Amino acid sequence: METHKAKRVAIIIEQVMQSRLTDAMSQAGVTGWSVLPVLGGSGSSGEWSREGQVTRGAGMVQVICVVRPDRIDALLEAAFAVVERHIGIVTIGDCEVLRAERF
Amino acid sequence: MDQILSLAATNLLSPIILSFALGVAAALARSDLNIPEAVAKGMSIYLLFAIGFKGGVSVADHGIDGTLALSLLAGIVLSAALPLVAFALLQVMGNLSRLDAAAVAAHYGSISIVTFVAATSVLEASGLSSEGYMVAVAAAMEAPAILSALWLISRGGDSRRMDDELLREIMLNGSIVLLVGSFFIGWITGVDGMTKIEAFIVSPFQGVLCLFLLDMGLVAGRGLRSSSGVLTPGVLAFGVVMPVVGATCGLAAGLLLGVSTGGVALFMVLSASASYIAVPAAMRVALPEANPSIYLTLSLGVTFPFNLTLGIPIYVAIASALTGGSP
Repeated sequence: METHKAKRVAIIIEQVMQSRLTDAMSQAGVTGWSVLPVLGGSGSSGEWSREGQVTRGAGMVQVICVVRPDRIDALLEAAFAVVERHIGIVTIGDCEVLRAERF
Repeated sequence: MDQILSLAATNLLSPIILSFALGVAAALARSDLNIPEAVAKGMSIYLLFAIGFKGGVSVADHGIDGTLALSLLAGIVLSAALPLVAFALLQVMGNLSRLDAAAVAAHYGSISIVTFVAATSVLEASGLSSEGYMVAVAAAMEAPAILSALWLISRGGDSRRMDDELLREIMLNGSIVLLVGSFFIGWITGVDGMTKIEAFIVSPFQGVLCLFLLDMGLVAGRGLRSSSGVLTPGVLAFGVVMPVVGATCGLAAGLLLGVSTGGVALFMVLSASASYIAVPAAMRVALPEANPSIYLTLSLGVTFPFNLTLGIPIYVAIASALTGGSP
């Protein structure tokens, strides 16, 4: 089956910043993404868990999107403007998709 | 003094405080006791709706007097001014950066709605009435403190603006919308409306509050457990001193306005409490470099338990003594 090269960007960010990030991605021309809850973790800011969070928007989420390689720079510039000062991780990986026209 | 100690002892042995203590103890003992997130969310919605509705019914029943607008104004002024006091205290007591001190200060200008709900419960148990519109005062005190914190930061040469989206999120956060919305529903429907849903709004209230405070105890206990070494002795002391300072300011405002004994007590409680729901979220957006471990541990792990166990009965007793009311 024919496949097409694409870039998979995964951004772990504070939940309170989620809408700002997805708005910026949308303005950069990204039309699709998925948001996953993050149960807990540990990093330079210490260990945390989603369990028992009472603060509104507390916790982290992972925003995943797949784009054509020629769109990756615009996406990263838009995302970086939002996440620059905040806790989070941005990773980029190569992937292949079946239907290139959707990305 | 005997009156204060007696009320404090009665409050400490009430089901709601003992439920909170159970939660703290379970968390510190690393028990797997856990309230599901959806259940806790459901209980908070119930409590906010009930307290807002009852406040609205009270206003409908007793009518509005001239102190309503002044009380709202006093709440806004207190919320805006208390961060300045907190910031100055932190300069003396703590060794925090300007950013962390401003973030902590914002929490102490804003309010804890759970502490407010617990205080109204104590007032009811003591037979003290309060102005129904104090619910609206509580809602008005959520946001101004955040603006004061950003102003404190800007004075240090680090200009931070509150963007429109953040302002909208603060003003229209779910708790405020539910509290104010249910207040208006209670006001519009009045005593007739209360009669229709009394079995749901009044009777289960204390039991739900017990379970909710059990969950809050678990959260506070986990925060305390994981925060060893986060707070210096000076900052820790601030978590107990600042509520007393805030309560004194609230007392002055309540006495100047001439509100009821319960109203004075609620002004003290609102001024003494620290936010741990709306303000931390706002700080993560506006001041992401500030350390959340400091402000969350202080407000949730130190000030909240202090107000719940010792603060509320002391504030109620002082308000009673100074206004001639009897708890």
